[in-house]
Amino acid sequence: MIEFRSVTKRFPDGTLAVDDFSLVLPSHKTTVFVGTSGSGKTTLLRMINRMVDPTSGCIEIDGADISTLDPVKLRRGIGYVMQNSGLLPHRKVVDNVATVPMLRGMPKKKARDEALALLDTVGLDRSLAGRYPSQLSGGQQQRVGVARGLAVNPNILLMDEPFGAVDPIVRAELQQELLRLQRELGKTVVFVTHDIDEAFLLGDQVVILRTGGKIAQIGSPAEILANPVDEFVSTFVGADRGKRSLHVENHGDGDVVVDETGRLAGVLVGAPPSLAAAATAPFEPESKAGPQGSGASAQGGDPR
Amino acid sequence: MIFLSETLAWLGDPAHWVGASGIPTRLAQHLLFTLVTLVVAGAIAVPIGFVIGHTGRGRSVAVATAGAFRAIPTLGLLTLVALWVGIGLNAPFVALTVLAIPPILAGAYTGFEAIDRKIIDAARAVGMSELQILLKVELPLGLPLLIGGLRSATLQVVATATLAAYIADFGLGRYLFEGLRIRDYGEMLGGSVLVIVLAIVLEGVFALVQKLVVPRGVTAGRPTDIRDGSSRSRAVMEPAIEEGNINVHSK
Ligand SMILES: Nc1ncnc2c1ncn2[C@@H]1O[C@H](COP(=O)(O)OP(=O)(O)O)[C@@H](O)[C@H]1O
Ligand SMILES: [Mg+2]
Repeated sequence: MIEFRSVTKRFPDGTLAVDDFSLVLPSHKTTVFVGTSGSGKTTLLRMINRMVDPTSGCIEIDGADISTLDPVKLRRGIGYVMQNSGLLPHRKVVDNVATVPMLRGMPKKKARDEALALLDTVGLDRSLAGRYPSQLSGGQQQRVGVARGLAVNPNILLMDEPFGAVDPIVRAELQQELLRLQRELGKTVVFVTHDIDEAFLLGDQVVILRTGGKIAQIGSPAEILANPVDEFVSTFVGADRGKRSLHVENHGDGDVVVDETGRLAGVLVGAPPSLAAAATAPFEPESKAGPQGSGASAQGGDPR
Repeated sequence: MIFLSETLAWLGDPAHWVGASGIPTRLAQHLLFTLVTLVVAGAIAVPIGFVIGHTGRGRSVAVATAGAFRAIPTLGLLTLVALWVGIGLNAPFVALTVLAIPPILAGAYTGFEAIDRKIIDAARAVGMSELQILLKVELPLGLPLLIGGLRSATLQVVATATLAAYIADFGLGRYLFEGLRIRDYGEMLGGSVLVIVLAIVLEGVFALVQKLVVPRGVTAGRPTDIRDGSSRSRAVMEPAIEEGNINVHSK
C-alpha cells in the first residue's frame, strides 16, 4: 500500500506542481493518474521513488515513511517504466533488463538468464536479446522497458505514459499485455496517462487530476462514468460530448451502436460467450440483442 | 628543389639516426614529452569536464576560462615561465599543459552534455548511484567526444612541442632551432618533416580509436536518439525542465 499524506511539491522556480495531495493506493491494484499535461501526474509518480522529494507532507510505502529510506535502494526495489523506454543505448537488450539485478549483486550469468525469461514474459522473442535498443521498434523498446521494470520482481511498478509514443494498434496490444501481466503478477501498479480511455481500461482506481495535482474525482471507471462529480470531470471523460452516451439503432442490415452526435460507434456483438450462447438458444431465436447485449456499452456507460 | 634534396640527404644520412642527438632519440623524447603533457593536462581537465557535464554547473566559467587559455600565445607563455622557473623542460611543460587543457576540457563536457538527459534520468530512476551513472552511462556515451578533445590537444601539443627546444636541448624541435642557427636548411626541413609525419601518424591513431570507442548501440541505429535537444537547453544554462523529469534536489 502506498499512501500520500498532504503532499505538496513546489519546484524551486515557484511552480506549485502538487498541492496538498492525499491518497491511498491499494496493493495489488492498478491506480491510474489521469489529467491534462502539467497537472502534476509525473511529479506525483516520481515522488514515490524519490526522484522528486516533496516540499511538505509524507509518503508511506507499507507504513514506512520513504523519506527515511535511501533513495538509491528504494529505487532498486521499485519498477519504473517511462515513455521513451529510457533504455541504455550502449547496452544490449538483455543487459538492459539485467542492469538492476546486477546492481543489486546478482551474478551476471543468473541475471542474464532471468532477463531472457522476462523477455518471454513481456512477449518478446529471445532472438532480440542481442540487439541494441536503437535496433528495435518503439513498441519493442517499450516491452523491454517493462521487462526491465519487472526485473527485480518489485511489488510496485511505476509507469509514466509508457505507451504514449507508440501507434494506436501497438498501444492497444501493449495495454492488453499489461492487463494480462497484471492478472498474472498482481503488482501494485501506478500508471500515469493523459488518455482517459487508457485510464478506464487499465485502472482499478482512477484518479482524475486537475492542475496542481488537485483530485477532481476518484473511483472505479464505472463509478466515474456513471456519476461524474462535476463539469470538469464530465468534460474530461467525454460524457458531455455525448461520446459516452450510446444507443442502439437498427439500420435494416442489423443493429449498430450510435453516440449522441450520431457518430457510428460500433456494432453490438454481445461478446461474452455465455450471453452469446443465450442469444442463440432455441427458445429465444429472434433475440439478437437482448437486455444483456448492452454489455457492449459497458465502457460507454449509461446508455439512454 | 635544392632544399628538397638537402632535406632528403639530411634525413638519409645514417649518422643522423644514431646517438644522443639522433633522430630516434629525439623522436622518442618528443613523443614522451607530448604524452606526459597530455596525461597531466587530462588529469586536470577530464575530472573538471566531467563534473561540469554531470552537474551542468560551472559551464560558463569553463567556457570563458578555456577561451582565455586558448588566447594565450604559447611562445610568450613559454618565455615567461622560463624566466620564472629557469631553463629546462619545466617551462615548456607548463606552457604546453596550458595549451592542452582547453580542448580536453571542452571534449569532456560536451561529451557529457550531448547525452540525452532522459537516459541519465532513467538510469537514476532505476537505481543507479551517481558514481554508477558517471562510470556506466556518461563515460561510455561521452567517450567519443572526449577522445575528440584529446585528439585536437595532441595535435597542438605535438606540433608546439618543437618549442621545447627553444630553451632545452630536447625533442625534434632541436633540429629546427639548430638548423636555423647554422643555416642548415636540410636539417631544418628534415626536422619539420619528422614533426609533420609524427602528427599525421598520431592523428591516424586517434581517428581509429575514436571510431572504436563509439558504443556499438549508438552506431547501430539512430544516433540522433542520443544527442537530441539536451545540449541546446544546456547551452543557455537553464535546468532542463521536461515535465518534471529532472529533479534538481536529487544531487
Ligand atoms: N523540475 C521542474 N522544475 C520546475 N517546474 C517543474 C519541474 N517539473 C515539473 N514542473 C512543473 O510542474 C507542473 C507539473 O508537472 P508534471 O508533474 O510533469 O505534469 P504532468 O506529468 O501531469 O504533465 C508543470 O507545471 C511543470 O511545468
Ligand atoms: Mg508527465
